[in-house]
Amino acid sequence: MKMNLSHFEASFLFALFTSVVLGVVSKRTDRERLSYGLYVFGCFIVALFGIGWLMYFGHG
Amino acid sequence: MAEKEKTAKEPMPPLNVWLPPVALGWLVPGGGHFLLKRTGRALLLAASITCMFALGLAMRGAMFKPQSGDILTILINWGGFAGDIASGILYLLTTWLGYSQPDVAGQVHDYGTKFLVTAGLLNVLAMVDAYEIAGGRKS
Repeated sequence: MKMNLSHFEASFLFALFTSVVLGVVSKRTDRERLSYGLYVFGCFIVALFGIGWLMYFGHG
Repeated sequence: MAEKEKTAKEPMPPLNVWLPPVALGWLVPGGGHFLLKRTGRALLLAASITCMFALGLAMRGAMFKPQSGDILTILINWGGFAGDIASGILYLLTTWLGYSQPDVAGQVHDYGTKFLVTAGLLNVLAMVDAYEIAGGRKS
């Protein structure tokens, strides 16, 4: 079995799992952990779309 | 005269306090947090790290092996090997049961390789967190 994921799917899953772990280990209260995890996930997604469009325009 | 701020270095917690959760955290992702009775966080860590590793395997990512050669080859392969081995039992089972894949060209394989290494690196973060909780620096 081989899983074939698109760039977006792989990057989305990478962002999701990494954000969960960074949220869990970074802060001191559950509320802070949740908001930090969501913040990191948002940053990943913004970077994903931003760099994606940058490459699109870069290639012409 | 400006006062110098003294930052007292915190003493290291005793070995018998932090070693069991850190060692268990290496062997089983989230295991250190389970031992320290942080069940919710342990489940999140275990699920995230295991899913990341399993996806890496499903995408046929390659496991790094230590190699000698030029400095870049040494850095990449030893660094990747350290990242892979940090996944603990997931890495050991993969190599013992023969699921370790050779390095193949292709974007999906490449993502898989990165997922495998990142799972190990995330486990290192979980181990550091377990160390801090065991030492009383975090709740």
